[in-house]
Amino acid sequence: MPSHTFSVNGETVTVDAPDDLPLLWALRDLLGVRGPKYGCGIDVCKACTSHLDGEAVRPCVVPVSEAAGREVTTIEGLADGDRLHPVQEAWLEQDVAQCGYCQPGQIMAAVALLKRTRNPTDADIDEIANVCRCGTYFRIREAIKSAADRMA
Amino acid sequence: MTRHARRRFLTYLVAAPSLAVATKIGLDAYAPGNADAAIPTPPAPADLVDLGDLLILAGKPTANMLVLSVNEDGDVHFRLPREEVGQGLTTAVAMLVAEELDTPLDRVHIQLDDARPELLLNQLTGSSNSIRSLYDPVRHTAAAARARMVGAAADRWGLKARELTVRAGVVVASDGRTASYGSLSAAAASLEPVALTVTPKKESEHILVGTPTSRIDARALVTGKHAYTLDLDVPGAKPCMVRRPPTVNGTVKAVNNESAVRAMPGVLDVVTLDTGVAVVAETFGQALDAKEALDVTWGPGTVDALSDDDIRARLKAATPSLDVLGVLVKKVEAEFDFAFASHAPMETNSAVADVRADRAEIWSGLKSPIAAQAAIAKAVGLPVSEVTVHVVQSGGSFGRRLFHDAALEAAVVSKKSGRAVRLMWSRIDDMRHGRMRPATHHRVRATYAAGQVLTFQHQVAAVETDFRHGLGDAVTAAAADLPTGIGNATFAQTLFLTTVKSPYNFGVTTQALTEVPLKMHTGSWRSVYSANTRGAEEIVVDELAAKLGKDPVAFRRAFLKTARQRAVLDKVAAAGDWGRSLPGGWAQGVGFHEEYKSCTACLVEIDATDPKKPRVTKAVIAADVGRVINPRGLEAQLLGGLTDAISTTLRAGLHIDRGLPLEGSYSQFHYARQKDSPRDVKIFVIEGADEPGGAGELGVPAAVGAVANAYARATGTRPRSFPVNFDVDFTPFPR
Ligand code: FES
Ligand code: FES
Repeated sequence: MPSHTFSVNGETVTVDAPDDLPLLWALRDLLGVRGPKYGCGIDVCKACTSHLDGEAVRPCVVPVSEAAGREVTTIEGLADGDRLHPVQEAWLEQDVAQCGYCQPGQIMAAVALLKRTRNPTDADIDEIANVCRCGTYFRIREAIKSAADRMA
Repeated sequence: MTRHARRRFLTYLVAAPSLAVATKIGLDAYAPGNADAAIPTPPAPADLVDLGDLLILAGKPTANMLVLSVNEDGDVHFRLPREEVGQGLTTAVAMLVAEELDTPLDRVHIQLDDARPELLLNQLTGSSNSIRSLYDPVRHTAAAARARMVGAAADRWGLKARELTVRAGVVVASDGRTASYGSLSAAAASLEPVALTVTPKKESEHILVGTPTSRIDARALVTGKHAYTLDLDVPGAKPCMVRRPPTVNGTVKAVNNESAVRAMPGVLDVVTLDTGVAVVAETFGQALDAKEALDVTWGPGTVDALSDDDIRARLKAATPSLDVLGVLVKKVEAEFDFAFASHAPMETNSAVADVRADRAEIWSGLKSPIAAQAAIAKAVGLPVSEVTVHVVQSGGSFGRRLFHDAALEAAVVSKKSGRAVRLMWSRIDDMRHGRMRPATHHRVRATYAAGQVLTFQHQVAAVETDFRHGLGDAVTAAAADLPTGIGNATFAQTLFLTTVKSPYNFGVTTQALTEVPLKMHTGSWRSVYSANTRGAEEIVVDELAAKLGKDPVAFRRAFLKTARQRAVLDKVAAAGDWGRSLPGGWAQGVGFHEEYKSCTACLVEIDATDPKKPRVTKAVIAADVGRVINPRGLEAQLLGGLTDAISTTLRAGLHIDRGLPLEGSYSQFHYARQKDSPRDVKIFVIEGADEPGGAGELGVPAAVGAVANAYARATGTRPRSFPVNFDVDFTPFPR
C-alpha cells in the first residue's frame, strides 16, 4: 500500500492508502479529521471544500496522492487556537449556521474568495456555488461582506 | 385569560445529589383556541383546533418527564425530548431555561434525549410543534428549580425567600450576602416539600426571551467541532454503504460477484439487506468503490412502469370535479401540477450501529426515535429495553428524519456482520431512494358577483404521503376524541383538514384532499400540504383580483379576516414599496399564509427578463407568530422557507422515469444556490400576543405564492405547472 506524507492543519501526517483514495476519506476515515463533510462526492455540493496550498479544492475529487508534500487546511485549521478567523467571527455575528452541515465548506470557500479579492462584489459572491439546503444564502452574503470589512 | 395561563404544572424533585427537577403536565381540561367568530366563512376544522393542539393534547398524559438539573459547578443541564436539525430549537429552549432561572445562557446545556418509550406520543419533532408544546412546561420546570435555589439560600441564611433576588445564577440577599447556584445545589436537592407548583415569570418581565439571540452551538458549527452522526467516534465502527436497486423498492435476487467484491482492497464484509446489498470497508471511499463493483440481479420494484406522465394523469383523474355551474356565473378557474420534491438535507441519511448478542446501541438523526427503537428491536431480535437509541443533532431534515431507514439498515448490517458500522447513503441514493414530497394536482375555482367572492373550491389530489413514523398515532388518537367530526377521517385527511385553511372571506369555502396510493418513498416535506395547496390558492387570489380590477395587495386587504393578518400584509407592502415601477421583465409579487396560529406575508421582486433564468432579486417578509422566543431564529426559519419556495417554484423538482427519480445530485435537483438567491432580504418580526405559534414551516407557502405571482406578472404568463422551469437539463446517472 503506498504511503503519502503531507501536512494537515500544520501537522505532518503519513497515511497508507491507495493512490486514488479521495483525500476526503483519507482525512475523515484514516486521520479522523472530520470537519470536511461529504455531500455528493463529485464536486457538486462543495460541502467538503478545504484548502490545498491555500487554494480552495474539493477533497472528494482530489486523490490522496496529489496531496503528497503539500499543505492541506480544513475548517479545523482555520482558527488560531481560540482566536477565530475573521470569516468565522463574521459567521457568528450574522448567526449564519442553521443545520451547519454546509458551513465548513461555505467558510473555506469564503476565505479563499477573500484571498483572491479583498472587496468582493455581489457578483463575486454569486460565484460561490456551495449548496446550503437550509437556505442561509443571504446571511452568508452578509457575513462575507462583514468579513471583508473586518479584514480591510 | 389565555388558554395557557390556565394550565397547571406539578414539578417534582428527582432524587439526586444535586438539584434535579422534573415537570409533570397537569391533566387540565382542554379548551379549544378561539375560532374567528364573526366571519361569513364557517370555521374550518383548522380554525377550531389545529394540528399543534392535537399534539399537545395527545402528549399530555406522558409529558411528565422534562428533567432539569443543576450541577455543583452551577451548570444547568436540560434533557430535551426532541431533535435539533438546524431549526434552532436547542437555543430557544436554552433561552427559556436561562430566563426562568436568571442564569447566563452559556451555563445552560441542552442534551437531546435518547429514545424514551415511556414518552409515547411526546417525543416527536414535527408539525412546527416543538416550541408550542414545550413553552409552558419548560418554563415551569426552570421556575421550579429557581424557587428551590432561592428556598435553599433562604434556609441557609434564615431569611424569607421573598427577600432574595437572583442575578446571573447567584442568589443575593438585601444585606449583600451571595450564594451561587452551584453552592446551593446540594441543599436545594434535599428540601421539602417534594412537589411544588410555581408560576413562571410574567412575559412582560422577560429579558432574554424575545431578544435576538445567536445559536448556542454556533461556535461549534463554524469551527468544525460539532459532531454529526458520522463524525462520532464509536470504537471499531467501520464505514458501510449500500448498493440499491435500479427502481424504487426493487429487491435483491442474487449477488453474482460477492467473492470478487470481498477481495477488493479494504472490504471487510458484504451483507444482503431487504433494501439492497451493503458493503463494509475500512474507508467510505473503498465502500463506495466496492458497492459500485457489485453485480446484482434485481427483482422488480413497486412502481417500475410509472413515469411522470402516468402519475400526472392518475392525479388528474383522481381530482374530483367541481360543482356544475350555471353559464352566467362569473368565475376564475385553474388547474395546477406540482412535481415531486426531494427533502435533500445536506447530511445524507446516516447512522451508526453497534449491535451485540444481548444489546444494541444506535446513533442517528431521528425525529421519531421511539418508532425507530421499536422497529430496530424487532429487526435485531432484542427487547426494546436493550436497544439504546441516541438522537444526534443532524444536518437538516425538512421532514426527512421522521423516518429511521438508515438506522434500521445500520442495525441489521451490524448484527449480521458482527461489528459496529457507520452507514452512509450516497447522495445519488438519497435523492433517488430517499423520501420526497408527493406530486399533487389541484383544481381551484372561485365564483364572484358584484365585487364579492361567493364561493371558493379547491380539490387536491396527491400521491399518498407516508406518515407511518409515529405522528399518525399521536394525532389520530387525539383526534378521535374531538368534536370536530374529523375523528374517523384517515390520518392524511386529518392532517390536511387541520393544517390547510383559507385565510380569506371567500364565502362558501371548501378544500378537500384525495390521495392516490402509489408505493413510493414519500414523506411530509416542510409545510406538508400547504406549500402547494396554499401556494396555488395565492396564485388564484391574484387572478381573482385581476378579474375584479383590483390591486393584489388591496384585494387581499379587503378579503383577509383579521387585523392581525392585515398587519403583516401592510408591513411588506410598505417596507417593500409595493407598486414601485420596475423595468420590463421585472415584477413584484405578493403572497400570504396563515398556519399553526401564526401568519406571514411575503413580497418579492423578480428579474425574469430571461424567463428561463428568473432570479428573485429582493424579498420582504413579515411574520406574526404570537409570542416570539428568539426573533433571530425565527428570521432564519423564514429565510429558509423563502429559499425553499424560490427553489421549488422555479427550478427544483424530481422527474420520475420508469420507477425511479432521474435526479441524483444538486447539479440535477436544482435547489437554489447563492446566484439564485436575492441580494436584498428584509424580515420583520411583528411581536404578537398570547402563546407561541408554529414557525418552522410557516414561511414556505406565502413565498411560493409571492414568487409564482411575481413570475406571472413579469412574464405575462399564467404558470400552472411547478417548478416552472423543469427541463431534464442533465445526463442522468446510471441506474
Ligand atoms: S462532497 Fe465534495 S463537493 Fe460534494
Ligand atoms: S446550514 Fe444547513 S445546509 Fe447550510
